[in-house]
Amino acid sequence: MAQLQVKKPHLAPKRSSFSEQTKDAISGYLYVSPFFILFAIFGLFPILFSFYLGFQRWNGLGEMEFVGFRNFQLILSDPLFWKSLSNTMIMWILGTLPQLIIGIILAYALNSALIKFKSVFRVSIFMPYVTSTVAVAIVFGIMFNSQEFGLFNVILGLFGFDPVNWGTSEWGVKVAISTMVFWRWVGYNTIIYLAGLQAIPNELYEAAVIDGATLRQKIMFITIPLLRPIIIFTVFTSTIGALQLFTEPLIFIGRSYREEGITVVLYLYREAFSNMAFGPASATAIILFLIIIVIASINVFIANRIAR
Amino acid sequence: MSEKVYKKFSISRAFVYALLAIASLLSIFPLYWMFVMATNHNSVINKVPPAILPGPQLVTNFTNVLNTIDFFGAIWNSLLVATITTIGTLFICSLAGFAFAKLRFKGKEVLFIAILVTMMIPPQLGLIPQYIIITKLGWLNDLRAIIVPGVIDAFGIFWMRQYIKSNVPDELVEAAKIDGCSTFRIYWNITVPVIVPAFATLAIIKFMYMWNDFLWPLVVLREQSSFTIQVALRGLIDNYVRDNGMILSGTFWATVPLIIVFLLLNRLFISSLTEGAVKS
Repeated sequence: MAQLQVKKPHLAPKRSSFSEQTKDAISGYLYVSPFFILFAIFGLFPILFSFYLGFQRWNGLGEMEFVGFRNFQLILSDPLFWKSLSNTMIMWILGTLPQLIIGIILAYALNSALIKFKSVFRVSIFMPYVTSTVAVAIVFGIMFNSQEFGLFNVILGLFGFDPVNWGTSEWGVKVAISTMVFWRWVGYNTIIYLAGLQAIPNELYEAAVIDGATLRQKIMFITIPLLRPIIIFTVFTSTIGALQLFTEPLIFIGRSYREEGITVVLYLYREAFSNMAFGPASATAIILFLIIIVIASINVFIANRIAR
Repeated sequence: MSEKVYKKFSISRAFVYALLAIASLLSIFPLYWMFVMATNHNSVINKVPPAILPGPQLVTNFTNVLNTIDFFGAIWNSLLVATITTIGTLFICSLAGFAFAKLRFKGKEVLFIAILVTMMIPPQLGLIPQYIIITKLGWLNDLRAIIVPGVIDAFGIFWMRQYIKSNVPDELVEAAKIDGCSTFRIYWNITVPVIVPAFATLAIIKFMYMWNDFLWPLVVLREQSSFTIQVALRGLIDNYVRDNGMILSGTFWATVPLIIVFLLLNRLFISSLTEGAVKS
């Protein structure tokens, strides 16, 4: 046996290396094929078909009819679509900005030396992320009850404010939905920032202290610049997430699709599965895709700008 | 001088503690409140000031949940969907990641970049045709509609490739090839045992994603018998009579399993769910 193994390379080195290559190639294609086959069926084809459907009139059953840009005209002249777009943008700012700022502050606090119970704080702050979006939306939906016994209205009452119509007022709905997003994601971002902060070497701070830097200066000139890649990452992901907001508004405002809280994806869902208007719904999906590309590019552009 | 520094130090420390304590309380409070409501009668909930202590209605509220939705059926469906999809994803992604990391074949780089590009596409773009395909396949109200597309995971392939590249030595793979090992045996006997930590990370990310997913199950599951727990929970609030004690009871018991697993494995959970994000 041992002899055979030693001899083997001498017998046919060329042939064996050739078959090795083919073997590698065949298995290589074979092993990556499940992804590509499934993606072709459930990913690529649907995307291409969406672009096709965007130019058809179709309710899912009868004949398709080519209508040119009519679906896009229909969507872009629908005030409810613009309302859904502006709602999405407002809730993006309301939900994302406080989330990132408070996330950095909490990460900074967690990262300060000599903190006891660090892991207890970490676990509690992260826990909302493990809660499902549906559960979050249901719980907060009940807390944001418009009656005066709703928890948030009771709290407002303690401070002498009148109850707010969370379910139906223009800003009430948006604040309620943004709070849900904020609560579920702030801990997640905190932990990500914490990982970034822990990667900053302590010597930098020590050197700054020797040079007489204040806390504010340390944050401005060491922490923020070194955290920049992670900040850019979190802004990027939370922006994409916010543009796809769906579950919270659907649970909170329900089948009424109230215009105070309708988002672009909710509008799309309504067009497709309530109105069975697959053409306009596909046109909405394409418009959303373009908006995401534009905003993502702006993000990347700004990120590159600051990174210099 | 030194006393002053000490004092200032302790004040800022107290501030840090207060901040973290408040943040922790606010993070836990809705979960606690969910439990309080799940054990109280609706009339106690709709009272000023509302109840803040657990009440005696634990069993009654949950019985009402069982009368409204098929709670355990939905939990079972969710378990089935999340488990099968996770196992499938681990296998498909590690196999593909292994090919990208350790095998030589033409067009490898292009194919890998193609996978990365698919990560940028928002999932809603293909939503309607996907629904049509599922209808044509006859998979409406069938868990396969969620499991089969669910195993497509570009991030998983990326993650596995990076891990295999830096943790499975090339020399080992080459030596195994010279010994005449088939590529699948190199994958199964050499690579898989080494990448268990990467499996754990991906499994947690995937399982949680599938357990919490809502939009796609909502689109393809229309009959109660096929509902996952998230879709079933929505059925609670769709009722004509709003019994908040019952609603929050269902929501609480649907949330508890994942919270318990999280508390038991909190280090692994937190590192898996955030490292994956940071490193990519």
